[in-house]
Amino acid sequence: MKRFSGFNLIGEAFRSHQGWPEHWPDKAPKASYDAIIVGAGGHGLGAAYYLAKKYGITNVAVIEKGWLGGGNTGRNTTIIRSNYLYDESAHLYDHAVKLWDGLSQDLNYNIMYSKRGVLMLAHNVHDVQSFKRHIHANRLNGVDNEWLTPEECKAYCPPLDISPRTRHPVLGGALQRRGGTARHDSVAWGYARAASALGVDIIQNCAVTGIRRGADGAVEGVETERGYIACRRVGVSAAGSTSLVMKMAGLDFPLESYPLQALVSEPVKPIFPCVVMSNTVHAYMSQSDKGELVIGAGTDQYTSYSQRGAFHIVEHTLAAICEIFPIFTRMRMLRTWGGIVDVTPDRSPILGKTPVKGLYVNCGWGTGGFKATPGAGDLLAYTMAHDEPHKINAPYNLDRFRNGRLIDEAAAAAVAH
Amino acid sequence: MLLIHCPYCEEARPEVEFVYGGEAHIARPVDPSTYSDEQWEEFLYIRSNPRGRHHERWRHTHGCGRFFNAVRDTVTDVFETTYKAGEARK
Repeated sequence: MKRFSGFNLIGEAFRSHQGWPEHWPDKAPKASYDAIIVGAGGHGLGAAYYLAKKYGITNVAVIEKGWLGGGNTGRNTTIIRSNYLYDESAHLYDHAVKLWDGLSQDLNYNIMYSKRGVLMLAHNVHDVQSFKRHIHANRLNGVDNEWLTPEECKAYCPPLDISPRTRHPVLGGALQRRGGTARHDSVAWGYARAASALGVDIIQNCAVTGIRRGADGAVEGVETERGYIACRRVGVSAAGSTSLVMKMAGLDFPLESYPLQALVSEPVKPIFPCVVMSNTVHAYMSQSDKGELVIGAGTDQYTSYSQRGAFHIVEHTLAAICEIFPIFTRMRMLRTWGGIVDVTPDRSPILGKTPVKGLYVNCGWGTGGFKATPGAGDLLAYTMAHDEPHKINAPYNLDRFRNGRLIDEAAAAAVAH
Repeated sequence: MLLIHCPYCEEARPEVEFVYGGEAHIARPVDPSTYSDEQWEEFLYIRSNPRGRHHERWRHTHGCGRFFNAVRDTVTDVFETTYKAGEARK
């Protein structure tokens, strides 16, 4: 890997930038590895990077059915925040936010993390009470979050309509200033490049077709489209396809896969300074550095693997956006897309060991996995390296669906995750 | 948007008239007090989540208001068939 630096940049300028090597070489699978990660999204590549960097396991492969970062990592709305109600969630998501800080330097790759603030709007009395409760809970957990009056919301985000006569009046908002956005593709590419430099093999266009288990039930390796690979530690980070991979190991999971849509507008000049979320009307929006408004819609009501959603979901979201931001009523939308999100019954992830020895899982992030990318990667790597979960992800085990110790963020954070 | 054939109204109607009711043919416990934690987990939380044929419940909320079952392909979202509640799994 050739480091990105001012010095190297100037040096390359004299050579028409012909001396930059490829970010990561395309590797053929070896016969065996110390650890395999299934799924080369941000979470999986992050896990491979931290395995090599922090936990000293460099003989690692990341196996991907499609192309790197082509699933939900490339299909989300790039929002980062950690203002979750419950202690377990606050610790988990804030672990990720702390890693986002300084990640560009760590990876030597500009992931464009922008702390522009995430403003969650309250439209009714219930919202106000619920958000204030969130703010107090967050502060007790050391997570920044503050209450803004409607006028302060307007000052922070000028395109907002705070007139009391609108259909969705703004009664205030909860602002997490450390929240913001990052460039999603850069996150995948940065992790891939840095992991590859530490010796990790990234194998794309190679679907896992089976998980081979020994006589004692432990994992022995994975069958892939490009042959069998022996490995005693397999971490699955396959988002919407996790149920399918887990069935290969004979496990049924408490997951359902739903389409979730997002869309972007035509690019315009900088107008929208922060991220605004509105759980009640289910719309959230930010402006990318290219100038597009990036808008997140809701999930469809039915399970699906189709990677596309229904039009009326988008229409519903845009109707709400136009009510809250009348300035955007004549914006044209350029693209919509859908990703398949794996949703657990309590809307909290499953991150840790499985009943099968040597098989680890990172799934169930539902509609909000991007914000957790560095944290999930680090914790999956920790769990695989120590064969024990870290104390942050210990509550996110599979047993909670049996013993009832759920982390019920479904109710705590309403719909937007 | 899906077009869904309601087996009671015998008509294909747009999806917004319907509410999805989750996976079908998950039987409630006959004698709940004898259920173990594993059986409760299986009943409440474990779902087949297949890629392909999926048996699911829908309710024609803004129509006849009745629950029925459907078989839909989760890759193409095409309905294979819909049938009345209480009929055998198709």
